[in-house]
Amino acid sequence: MAEKSKINQILSKFENDETRLMDILLSINVMQGYISQKDMQDISVLLGISMAQVQETATFYHFISTTPRGKYNIYLDNSITAVMKGRAEVKEAFEQFCGTTFGKVSEEGMFGLYDTSCIGMNDQEPAAIINDKVFTNLTPYRVKHLVEDMRAGKSPNDLMYEDYGNGNNADPDVKAMVNNHIRKKSIILKDDYQPFSFLKTKLKEYTPERVVKEIEASNLRGRGGAGFPTGLKWRFGRRTDGKHRVIICNADEGEPGTFKDRVLLTEYPELIFEGMVVAAFATGSDIGLLYLRYEYKYLLRFLNRKLAEMRKKHFLGKDIAGIGDFDFDIRIQLGAGAYICGEESALIESLEGKRGEPRDKPPFPVEKGYLGYPTIVNNVETLATAVKILHHGAEWYAGFGTKDSLGTKLLSISGDCRYPGIYEVEWGTTIREILAMSGAADVQAIQVGGPSGMIIGMKDINNMDNSKLMKWYKPSGMMIAEKFFNRKLSYSDLPTGGSIMIFNNSRDLLGEVVMNFMDFFIEESCGSCSTCRNMPLIMKNKLQKILDGNGVSQDIYDLLNWGKVLKASRCGLGQTAGNPILSSIFHFRHLYEQRIQSLTQFDSGFDLEKATERAGKFVHKKPVFHHF
Amino acid sequence: MNKKILATTSLAGCFGCHMSILDIDERILDLIELVEFNKSPIDDIKKFTKPVDIGIIEGGCCNSENVEILKYFRENCKILVSLGECAIMDGLPAMRNGIPIEECLREAYIDGPTVQENHEHIIPNDEELPVILDQVYPCHEIVKIDYFLPGCAPRADLIWNALYALITDSPMEMPYEVVKFD
Repeated sequence: MAEKSKINQILSKFENDETRLMDILLSINVMQGYISQKDMQDISVLLGISMAQVQETATFYHFISTTPRGKYNIYLDNSITAVMKGRAEVKEAFEQFCGTTFGKVSEEGMFGLYDTSCIGMNDQEPAAIINDKVFTNLTPYRVKHLVEDMRAGKSPNDLMYEDYGNGNNADPDVKAMVNNHIRKKSIILKDDYQPFSFLKTKLKEYTPERVVKEIEASNLRGRGGAGFPTGLKWRFGRRTDGKHRVIICNADEGEPGTFKDRVLLTEYPELIFEGMVVAAFATGSDIGLLYLRYEYKYLLRFLNRKLAEMRKKHFLGKDIAGIGDFDFDIRIQLGAGAYICGEESALIESLEGKRGEPRDKPPFPVEKGYLGYPTIVNNVETLATAVKILHHGAEWYAGFGTKDSLGTKLLSISGDCRYPGIYEVEWGTTIREILAMSGAADVQAIQVGGPSGMIIGMKDINNMDNSKLMKWYKPSGMMIAEKFFNRKLSYSDLPTGGSIMIFNNSRDLLGEVVMNFMDFFIEESCGSCSTCRNMPLIMKNKLQKILDGNGVSQDIYDLLNWGKVLKASRCGLGQTAGNPILSSIFHFRHLYEQRIQSLTQFDSGFDLEKATERAGKFVHKKPVFHHF
Repeated sequence: MNKKILATTSLAGCFGCHMSILDIDERILDLIELVEFNKSPIDDIKKFTKPVDIGIIEGGCCNSENVEILKYFRENCKILVSLGECAIMDGLPAMRNGIPIEECLREAYIDGPTVQENHEHIIPNDEELPVILDQVYPCHEIVKIDYFLPGCAPRADLIWNALYALITDSPMEMPYEVVKFD
């Protein structure tokens, strides 16, 4: 429990602004490890908002706690790649050496162990966040030493057991053991980038209209996965009147298997910030916000330094780059651990200090976004690409990619391959080429694009049989089988936010992979729509029933039908939450059919012995079944 | 026309659905013309004496006996109907589903404010007593159920219309007054 004066201090640091509630809560959370009921009461009184308002924000986010956590808090990534790379042993080691189990704090209050959704380190799993520092490539041996060091009271910075990672990961303000693993460079990752050269020399010659036109001509589409035309978004934002306009860079990369934004933020922060400034120029925005997921907090100080440097060079602030009346600045807002905040309207809610629940649309953020102002939300990669396009021209850009999907895409490749990492490929690259590039062999399946939110409907993905079925489900996240490996990554064939996970033939697709994805959706639902709150769990239970050997053919039919109910959800998370099961039925139906009982029409899977076990044990008796 | 054979039972229910069956009033005389009752609380037949056409289940399953009777019904009835909220989705008994079973038993027999004179802290465990399940289950999560008649309790007219349709093999009449639940 913090003293009221301390809370007052924190509040005044954020100007008693209730929309900064996230920062206020995070500050207290860092200071004392959790936020007590009393703290929440104090905050509500001092800010003049209701207790419920404080509570709902405080309890929504994974990294904000309302009960005491440990002196060292270990958040172990539970994404499927981590599981494949030996997470179970690492978890066991943590439990053994810390003397507690996951979800709990050890007795002396030293260690808190927690599962956490993908932390964006899929190319170096198993990984964990310990007191905001990322530790990668964990093994039971390393865990033992980490825990010993923690017991000896070392600070998280001194826990590093190997050298810092490459590139800016070794920067004094980052000091992370994370590695970039950039495997293939094309136009975005090219080394010839001179920070702010477009801003410095060329922007003066442009009118905002010309910038928008250039982006429109390049046909750049949102790189977060939804693929909305960026030029159009900028034009909409520009057209809407408002006292302020807002540019938001969405760096809440939460899609399991994606880590490209992490690498861009580490190696090309200037490119992203330059993109934000250019977008602000094009749309007439004066407020800039970068929403950084909490998992990447280790980059925060580094990124803030970069912003400070920009201000010094007049690339932020007033009259940017000598252009009169062009005022713009960027603030970095830290998230607090919620996948749903990658959805743009949920992200805006979070930026306003509230629970990250998606808003009803319309109005879209371009009309009424952050604090009601017209708001343009762009992905990290989109903004980076925009700068390259403006620098070299839309015509140059059209030389890359395919007719309907121009340019390149950063892929985050992980799983069963020799070279996991970041690959910048042209659109139109086939799955087969990607497998060859990453050194994958004996491939059973790959998961293309996580199930992220989609704004526009995609055309039918292929003229295959059964494709009608897939029309129900936006093809943003799907698991595909060998026979489709010739398909191309593009907005018309296989659109993707960049996550590619490879599974070889030794993997249990249903029991391991699909179940892991369903757990993810169950964990990350914001709970607003009853469809998304309930159906993923119901579907997972049904799949478990099939895996237990109690499945019948009706169960497959039920799963396909029940999945449709999810379409009624408000946002992309809910709408795609059934995709792991639906796309695996679509592409791997034989795995389901192998497991169901062919001669039985009905089997509820109910086990009387099991259902009476607990009560029987408690009253010390063996149940007698009568069998009429 | 041969009379259809009818059986009913109340599992984890309150007998309200059975009361609602009786609420068909004088039509019960018509019903007797159409059906013959077998195992049912209405005639107190304990065990099936012949194959049954329609079995009506009130209540979900909260203990081992409920499960066994339900399975017994499934084995002996051609058509099984879940009658009312509890049979379909557990109803009021399901309020315990979020509470560990150990806590429920302790509250009921040891710690509850209305528990008196259980000085030895006994939780009944005679062999003959059924064992309580880890949670209350709706009937269709245990056996296959063919039809569902919702309501708490379902209206007498709904029950009558459904039975009449099943017995005469005709479409069921479902006017608004019969299927609204407020």
